[in-house]
Amino acid sequence: MSETRQKGVNRQQIADRVALEFQDGWIVNLGVGIPTMCSNTDIGDRDITYHSENGVIGYGGVAPAGEEDLNLVNAGGQNVTLKPGAAVVHHADSFGIIRGGHIDATVMGAYQVSMRGDFANWKLAGQKGGGIGGAMDLAACAKRVFIILEHVTRKGEPRLVEACDLPVTARGVVTLVATNYGLFEPTGEGFLLREIAPGLTVEEIRASTGGTLTVAPNLGPMRMAG
Amino acid sequence: MGQKSKQVASFQEAVADIPDGSTIAFGGFAMPGTPFNLIRALMEHGAKRLTLVANTTGGAQQPRMPDIGMLVENGQVAKVICAFTAATRPTDVLPFTKYYESGEVEAELVPQGTLAERLRAAGAGIPAFYTPTAVGTELAEGRETRVINGREYLLEYALPLDYAFIRARRADAAGNLRFHRSQRNFNPVMATAASCTIAEVDEAILPAGAIDPDDVHTAGIFVHRLVQVPPAPEGLWPTKRQERAR
Repeated sequence: MSETRQKGVNRQQIADRVALEFQDGWIVNLGVGIPTMCSNTDIGDRDITYHSENGVIGYGGVAPAGEEDLNLVNAGGQNVTLKPGAAVVHHADSFGIIRGGHIDATVMGAYQVSMRGDFANWKLAGQKGGGIGGAMDLAACAKRVFIILEHVTRKGEPRLVEACDLPVTARGVVTLVATNYGLFEPTGEGFLLREIAPGLTVEEIRASTGGTLTVAPNLGPMRMAG
Repeated sequence: MGQKSKQVASFQEAVADIPDGSTIAFGGFAMPGTPFNLIRALMEHGAKRLTLVANTTGGAQQPRMPDIGMLVENGQVAKVICAFTAATRPTDVLPFTKYYESGEVEAELVPQGTLAERLRAAGAGIPAFYTPTAVGTELAEGRETRVINGREYLLEYALPLDYAFIRARRADAAGNLRFHRSQRNFNPVMATAASCTIAEVDEAILPAGAIDPDDVHTAGIFVHRLVQVPPAPEGLWPTKRQERAR
């Protein structure tokens, strides 16, 4: 997938913008793909504990080549390291952490997000079955659900839609949506544009967004890390 | 405790009595904790019409190791209960997917946390439970829900197993287990849910009592057979994942 195909900020910058939301002391679960890149963002001395669905609490970066522990992976199957204070629990406890409301924020990719805060990320149109993994548990139970996606499909169709036509992962749960075009909040009646990516105009974004787009009175540029 | 060692000599011996039609769970999340050697022995054994329980059906990562997809390709599987019948990336195609799409093999798609809890419930004598997961989705259509304290929950049933195949780092002769890092994943809950748990173990089986009781992750009462994994290449071990070209 080419970085130049889409307008606005790049994938790392989308991830950075979400990571800037993380507050000191939060427990955060990062999904596979662009969300993983949130752990690269410099957010100063804020202390974040990353939880992985396979029961690893407090993992760090990817292990340097030659120093991998082949029995230690994150949700994406990467051989990661552990930070001091890390712990490992089994799967039922790991999802007890999720369902029990102990995750401050989860970051996931998606195919579609609706203005009511529904989102779809496990099954494509016409597909039999799909890939749920831990997405439905996280979506239903994390305190905040942050969604990262490219603003339009390869065909140029909006991914921010009035109502999802793909099978949803959960309903009414999305807190914030970050795309290459900006930062959005599903309000129920529409998408509130809070920050706009460089090079984009409100009218361009409106034309590429399903449902109703409203603009925050204090609309600002998309915040960058560092 | 004066009991006999649970160690058996080979993977073949450990799976020899598994009848056709059994329900078997495989631990593992990505490479860690996956009982590759027991899966290979089950392929050689040839039991058929199996119902298999695991997080994924395998085949998304390279190099490919023994997985559910291989048992399916081997004609041994009737049904799979799992959290993925397709890969996370739509562009990846799992070997299992075509058997499922053609209807040759049945599948029950279960959210990962619900899968773990259904296994835990089976081992803990809880016949069913309510969870907020999957409420409002296609998975909940036509199923029993209940509003408790103003929130809607979905009824899910325990998932008891005939066999659990698991992998641990260390075991003593009484079957007490320790796992290393993310090797743990589903393995402890699957062990509690099964009538017969077979563990493949990285290290030489220790005498009973060699693991301090305070340091046991899975108690030996849940473990029935132990097999030590021989060194590679005879034994199968986790390898470094190769990134796939995109």
